[in-house]
Amino acid sequence: MTRAPLSLKIAALAGLAFLHIPLLFILLYCFTTEEKSYAFPPPGFTLKWFGVVWGRADIWAAVGLSLKVASIATLLALVLGTLAAGALARARFFGREPISLLFVLPIALPGIVTGIALRQAFGLMEIPFSVWTIVLGHATFCIVVVYNNAVARLRRLSPSLIEASMDLGADAFQTFRLVVLPNIGTALLAGGMLAFALSFDEVIVTTFTAGQQSTLPIWMLSELIRPRQRPVTNVVAVLVILVTFLPILAAYYLTRHGEAVAGSGK
Amino acid sequence: MHAHAAPLVLPAVRFAGVVRHFGAVRAVDGVDLAIAPGEFFAMLGPSGSGKTTCLRLIAGFEQPDDGHIEIFGETVEGLPPYRRAVNTVFQDYALFPHLSVGENVAYGLRVRGIGRADRDRMAREALAMVKLSGMETRRPAQLSGGQRQRVALARALVVRPKVLLLDEPLGALDLKLREEMQSELKGLQRALGLTFVFVTHDQSEALSMADRVAVFNEGRIVQVGPPEEVYERPATRFVARFVGSANVLEAREALALGAPARPSSLRPEKIVLLAPGAPVPEGAALVEARVTDVSYQGPVRRVSAVTGEGLALTAAVPATASGVMAGATVRLAVPAGAVRPMGGEQ
Repeated sequence: MTRAPLSLKIAALAGLAFLHIPLLFILLYCFTTEEKSYAFPPPGFTLKWFGVVWGRADIWAAVGLSLKVASIATLLALVLGTLAAGALARARFFGREPISLLFVLPIALPGIVTGIALRQAFGLMEIPFSVWTIVLGHATFCIVVVYNNAVARLRRLSPSLIEASMDLGADAFQTFRLVVLPNIGTALLAGGMLAFALSFDEVIVTTFTAGQQSTLPIWMLSELIRPRQRPVTNVVAVLVILVTFLPILAAYYLTRHGEAVAGSGK
Repeated sequence: MHAHAAPLVLPAVRFAGVVRHFGAVRAVDGVDLAIAPGEFFAMLGPSGSGKTTCLRLIAGFEQPDDGHIEIFGETVEGLPPYRRAVNTVFQDYALFPHLSVGENVAYGLRVRGIGRADRDRMAREALAMVKLSGMETRRPAQLSGGQRQRVALARALVVRPKVLLLDEPLGALDLKLREEMQSELKGLQRALGLTFVFVTHDQSEALSMADRVAVFNEGRIVQVGPPEEVYERPATRFVARFVGSANVLEAREALALGAPARPSSLRPEKIVLLAPGAPVPEGAALVEARVTDVSYQGPVRRVSAVTGEGLALTAAVPATASGVMAGATVRLAVPAGAVRPMGGEQ
């Protein structure tokens, strides 16, 4: 093993610093006493913004809505994405390639196009904007994430495993539950978490598909325009970091274990 | 197509005019077949000959496009694999990677709703039968190829199939393990009295294990019979060449060797290499030929030679024979009766 040259080490450290120092500033300005601008260094430190956040109903409504939308969109994506992957992973039929392309398109398409398209479609069909229009908007790209993860894992799954299960007397449902699901479980977990994270901080599609509701990202955006109580946004941002970091850590440990078991025979 | 007398026993597996095509390819092209209960039946052929598709038709992974399939008298067309009393040992073993060895073996019992205590006991017994006691808690990834094969065997046998299907069961094993498994499979089949149907492209495997061999070529069965018959009396050129690489003789070539003027086969090991000056055996035809190639194969040398009339022959002679080298002229004796006439033109 060769040692990395000093210049490379410095470049790596600089890269990491560039990624993480802004996060530290978010943390720092949670405690500042100056509420109108982010002056450096902060003139004083206080914990009062945590109390302010605790008392503001609009924040909790936004957090609640974001969690609700992300949960429903992820659930929808898990069911539909897995079904689509199951159909397209192995079967050969006319139009298979165009269909899989159409599945992946929403994530390649700029969110602004998806947003406008959905807004116009909802308008034409006279569907009023609600939580459900936001969920549908998010599901378009959440499905892709789950589908991509599931289809990759399904293609690695030996087709004879499914045949062996049927051969031993299991019907399609038992085979799915006892053989397919355990073997693609970690892929679904990874896909589901990514879908949840994408939905949780989505701004563009949400802007076009939401009515009066504001999800957490939309709330933050509107808060930045207001000149007062700026550190409140920082406190919320830190809470979001904490809340998203824990499941990612958990998923990392879960899938690491799963890979070791499922992959060691390969 | 009805036999004159009703068969004394119901065949374990019966095919009548079975056809299966994939697009324009007729993988199975009109196969008739009757496998007797308790028989060790081999389906032998090169890849793409339709043997594996036939096995999959019995298992239910494929459905016939035409014809009729019965398992112990029961029509099985349209029945999914999980409704058939047959089980398969897969070529790649297809062990479930997320389950332990014990759970793999118990899988068929589990989906049948048998309680944990009973299925654990039955799985233990099945693993003991294939000499893998105490391996229950291991993962398939921790086993050797031979052990995985045994787990696959135990998993298929524990649900008590009426017919056991084996897809190239020894293909992935090394030579020594293969010989060991051959006798073990044979012993297991005899002890259980089960019908075993296995697919192989290895003629020696088919000849050594099977009670009867069906030779497949281009989606059809070209010959069925006991190993001795298939080997000694190949019905067609294809069988003669594929099973034990026999010499195939045209009618006039057979005539020149003192046999009836019909297309015939001649096994390389039937040809005798005569020492210089040795007398020609009674009734044998003598051929003088120039050696074109010699390959050493352990106990024998395979000698390719051409006679003055242009007849190319391959002979298997004892490896100890001297004076056999490319370019040398040898005297070969073809004993009476070694040239076997063939029927088909294929």
